Amino acid sequence: MSSIDASVPPATRVAPPAADSRVRFAHDNYINANYGIKSWLLTKDHKRIALLYLASITVFFILGGIYALTIRLELLTPAGDIVQPMTYNKLFTQHGIIMIFFFLIPSIPAVLGNFLVPLMIGAKDLAFPKLNLLSWYLYLAGAIFTIWALLNGGIDTGWTFYTPYSTTFSNTYVVAAGLGIFINGFSSILTGLNFIVTIHTMRAPGMTWFRLPLFIWSHYATSLIMVLGTPVIAITILLVALERIVHIGIFDPRLGGDPVLFQHFFWFYSHPAVYIMILPSMGVVSELISTHSRKNVFGYSFVAFSSLAIAVFGFLVWGHHLFTSSQSVYAGMIFSFVSFAVAIPSAVKVFNWTATLYKGSISYDTPMLYALGFIGLFTIGGLTGLFLAALGLDVHLTDTYFIVAHFHYIMVGGALMGYLGGLHNWWPKITGRMYPEGWGRFSALVIFVGFNLTFFPQFLLGYLGMPRRYHAYAEEFQVLNVMSTAGASILGVGLLIPGIYFIWSMRYGKFAPANPWAATGLEWRTMSPPPTENFVRTPVVTWEAYEYRPMEEMEVIGPDKGNTAQPAHGEATKN
Amino acid sequence: MQLPRLPFTPEQASTVSGEVDALYTYLVAITLFFSVLVTVLIFYFAVKYRRRSENELPQPIAGSIKLETMWTVIPFLIAMTIFVWGASLYFTLYRPPKDAIEIYVVGKQWMWKFQHTEGQREINELHVPIGAKVKLTMTTEDVIHSFAVPAFRIRADVVPGRYTYAWFEATKTGRYHLFCTEFCGTNHSGMTGWVEVMEPTAYQAWLAGGGSDSPAAQGEKLFQSLGCATCHRTDTQGRGPVLTGVFGKPQRVQGGTDVVVDEAYLRESITNPAAKVVEGFQPIMPSYQGQVSEEQLLQLIAYIRSLGAPPGQQQQGAMTNGGTGREEPSTTTGTSPDTQRSNPLNSTSPRPGGSPVSTGNSNQTPGGNSNR
Amino acid sequence: MAHAETLDAHDHTTTTQHASSNLAHHFDNLEQQREAGSLGMWLFLVTEIMFFGGLFTGYIIYRMQHPQAFAIASSTLNWKLGALNTVVLIVSSLTMALAVYFAQMGNRRSQIIFLVVTMLLGATFLVVKAFEYADKFEHHHFPGLNFQWNEAVPAGVSTHHIQMFYWIYFAMTGLHALHMIIGIGAMLFLIFYAYRGRYTPEYHAPVELTGLYWHFVDIVWIFLFPLLYLLGAHLTHGGGGGH
Repeated sequence: MSSIDASVPPATRVAPPAADSRVRFAHDNYINANYGIKSWLLTKDHKRIALLYLASITVFFILGGIYALTIRLELLTPAGDIVQPMTYNKLFTQHGIIMIFFFLIPSIPAVLGNFLVPLMIGAKDLAFPKLNLLSWYLYLAGAIFTIWALLNGGIDTGWTFYTPYSTTFSNTYVVAAGLGIFINGFSSILTGLNFIVTIHTMRAPGMTWFRLPLFIWSHYATSLIMVLGTPVIAITILLVALERIVHIGIFDPRLGGDPVLFQHFFWFYSHPAVYIMILPSMGVVSELISTHSRKNVFGYSFVAFSSLAIAVFGFLVWGHHLFTSSQSVYAGMIFSFVSFAVAIPSAVKVFNWTATLYKGSISYDTPMLYALGFIGLFTIGGLTGLFLAALGLDVHLTDTYFIVAHFHYIMVGGALMGYLGGLHNWWPKITGRMYPEGWGRFSALVIFVGFNLTFFPQFLLGYLGMPRRYHAYAEEFQVLNVMSTAGASILGVGLLIPGIYFIWSMRYGKFAPANPWAATGLEWRTMSPPPTENFVRTPVVTWEAYEYRPMEEMEVIGPDKGNTAQPAHGEATKN
Repeated sequence: MQLPRLPFTPEQASTVSGEVDALYTYLVAITLFFSVLVTVLIFYFAVKYRRRSENELPQPIAGSIKLETMWTVIPFLIAMTIFVWGASLYFTLYRPPKDAIEIYVVGKQWMWKFQHTEGQREINELHVPIGAKVKLTMTTEDVIHSFAVPAFRIRADVVPGRYTYAWFEATKTGRYHLFCTEFCGTNHSGMTGWVEVMEPTAYQAWLAGGGSDSPAAQGEKLFQSLGCATCHRTDTQGRGPVLTGVFGKPQRVQGGTDVVVDEAYLRESITNPAAKVVEGFQPIMPSYQGQVSEEQLLQLIAYIRSLGAPPGQQQQGAMTNGGTGREEPSTTTGTSPDTQRSNPLNSTSPRPGGSPVSTGNSNQTPGGNSNR
Repeated sequence: MAHAETLDAHDHTTTTQHASSNLAHHFDNLEQQREAGSLGMWLFLVTEIMFFGGLFTGYIIYRMQHPQAFAIASSTLNWKLGALNTVVLIVSSLTMALAVYFAQMGNRRSQIIFLVVTMLLGATFLVVKAFEYADKFEHHHFPGLNFQWNEAVPAGVSTHHIQMFYWIYFAMTGLHALHMIIGIGAMLFLIFYAYRGRYTPEYHAPVELTGLYWHFVDIVWIFLFPLLYLLGAHLTHGGGGGH
């Protein structure tokens, strides 16, 4: 093993603390560029917009989490004794809507993607900064409508709002919540559009497609899905709203409509949507694994193309949600086949990540722990998807807790872990501060344990037959439910800890150097936090992805000569 | 296929439960194998290659086409084995056999209503005999529900406006959970029940223990009281087509196409008669949409089906004492006409020798889920 | 950052320092900016295809299931007005393309003229549509609100499916009209800035992109017109149903 240039002694991995105990960055950056609430609310800087998103989705995550804990509390006992049945139905509906539309779908793209895409490709901002800000406001507008619906009584249809229950029978705020999701959808569309155009047209000189970090590839694939899929859910919501308001018979059989048609429309988007939720996380994991083993990702082009393959195949499998819904048996066969096919690219990624570890230099920093956890949990979650793709088995398992366990393994064990790992990995870059490493590792462990205890029993409950969306359940299911609730409380505590220390670190955390992990991406070649224009000089890329070069080529990009050493403590870099 | 049961599985109480469990076990094995493989590799690499000094820099390794091919092709082949097995199991699950007992199921918020052809009606509890194939013809009065019996490993949604089907053959007596598993409103979790599988003699006793007229008999009463008999006479003088023996046969409708007279067509003809009018008749039949419930529709259909069975044929309680003329039995179709039902409770075989029952299969509608 | 705006004898704008004022700070040059804007608009149009696509899918499914009902309902639409609107829109696409051309040429006066003509044609379309809608409302063909089908219905046809056609008609043409209104609004902005001489041979991306959008709206109508208006002739010809 050769070494990183020994002229940079390890001690400078972490910059010494600032003399001044108040927050004082040593250099001009996007955070201290202007002050005042208007400069944040009317910003066009992709990095500030990323932080705006970070704040909003965290609020929603907490709200969705409270719903989850209440649900688990109710499920401690077989009888429905904590909340009324109608209330319980609203709880799981709203948990789903909030977590999916207002947390998971935006999470990595809107926070990490917004922040990092321009940095990783060497650009000054996204292609359409104003549209980016509009995206955030659309998110807020959708959020406000949804909160209004929640405060006024909520919605109880399940996040899948199947017809005719949602169009004709439910007496809750379906239209208002639907409108909230509709508006939020445009936020998604604009973000995806922005990313695609940015990646196509704004790469730095020398940054060819196959030199792009895999994070960019997966965000590109995600953006394709966002752009193509989201309009379909938008029109579906409109149709449901119209049917509720004007009583047209598009889904109502009594008026000549077809209730199963709704399911086709709904899942045509909502299945690709789950790939919107997992692909960015996979991109994060590629970065974390390579950074924290100091190696290029094994099989780079296979991993890159697998993201595209998942995006394409993902649009062809929606019927696997309709295996028991009176869909034709032959259609079921086709969807089952393609559902197996879509699993293969994900398997390819898992093997490539594992192979990346071989003969690497592996650190146990928090981001790596999350990445390794992701690989294990996503493997289990993904393999349980095979259970569901198998037609004969899905008949027994669908609409049970097996499904709930399957998607939580992917969404929490996968997507959320990727998000947390990414937050930790890029926290120094985003905030200029280090989080406390000991607490980071500890909470990763707590989250891992809590998560498995919560959701593994649910696989067993599902095979035993416990249906999902049940407020009260048969007595023999209680033991496993109690285990699951115990796990949920541990998971809840585990998730609180990073919330606390991240906020703490913004005030008291050690100041971060430009490249605390000795990583190779372009984003590490500018200061932590970056200046508003990202790079003082446009980088010119002459190396492959994840390639380590001599130290002077990996320095912070400085104003004139391009290989200025790190600024001395206290010295500001003026442009 | 009866393998030892894995822990945390429900009882195996139907003919398919064993195979479903076998497929599950196969998948559990695959999952265990790959998860353990990946986990062990991760741990092993993470320990063996842990960072030992701050300035360590490993050699980059680009990749390996051989490895990529291997770990693409092998998982794909494994996936295909799962696919084929799952698909074949699915066909079994969704192709009700022709010789099944029929039971009608109507879901509604928030209960399951059952009607046996002998006349027994039940709510939330379904009694069936062991060792008999049971076909459920199902619908719902309101929203989509889903009929699921974990011990039988079966499930099928019930959809408003159409009939869906499921079938099972119970292999163990006992009492098994029945759940509604498609969210249907406030009391979704209360829409549960039991399937009681009984020995044949016990089942017979239960059947004889009470209950009202058979669905066909009730259907006949409706047929008279709703005025159907006025136009649908048994001679050709009526303003509507003769219904004797019409079930299961193809009919030409206006516009030149043929339809098979199955449950779905009959239901449509009662609720929306103008949709497919038989050729040669005027579209004057009024719609009964809203005037008959789903259960009554099933009873009318049961009655119409009972018309035209050959005389002397032993059937399951389809008493047609309306004096209808008996024509030739219907040809076999994908659905199961009375003449084809196997009934383990009958001592005589259902098909006396010499009976002019055609065994050719003019399957116009597959006997699975009604396709849309 | 002021740009010098002078008008020569032919009313052409001349560019002196336009490049710096029209180049957004995060782009390296105008070419990159133009390329990004163009790709962005194409992507947006793809999302619009998916958006309308849902309605088209619903239309296709229900038409295949109930061809007669759809034909009957379609025959109550005024195909002549529909054809007129089609011509109006196609001509407006031509005038829009000309506006873009003159923007490319730097001809301020012609730019504005053709933008105004396009707007007027678009407005004409909307006025004709408004008349059609009012007529439908009068005849009680507006689904959900006052729908009443008073004519005889042939065998096999349900008024539910006739109402379904109308509702799809209003949904699709309504969504289309909404897009036209937005397009007209965009053109108002363009006319305003064109008057100020903002669009030059070097920088006229907004005109081009609006042109793209307008052509898309036109193409959607070209699909809507036969599918909605011309069913009656196609399907009821020769009497009787059949697909």
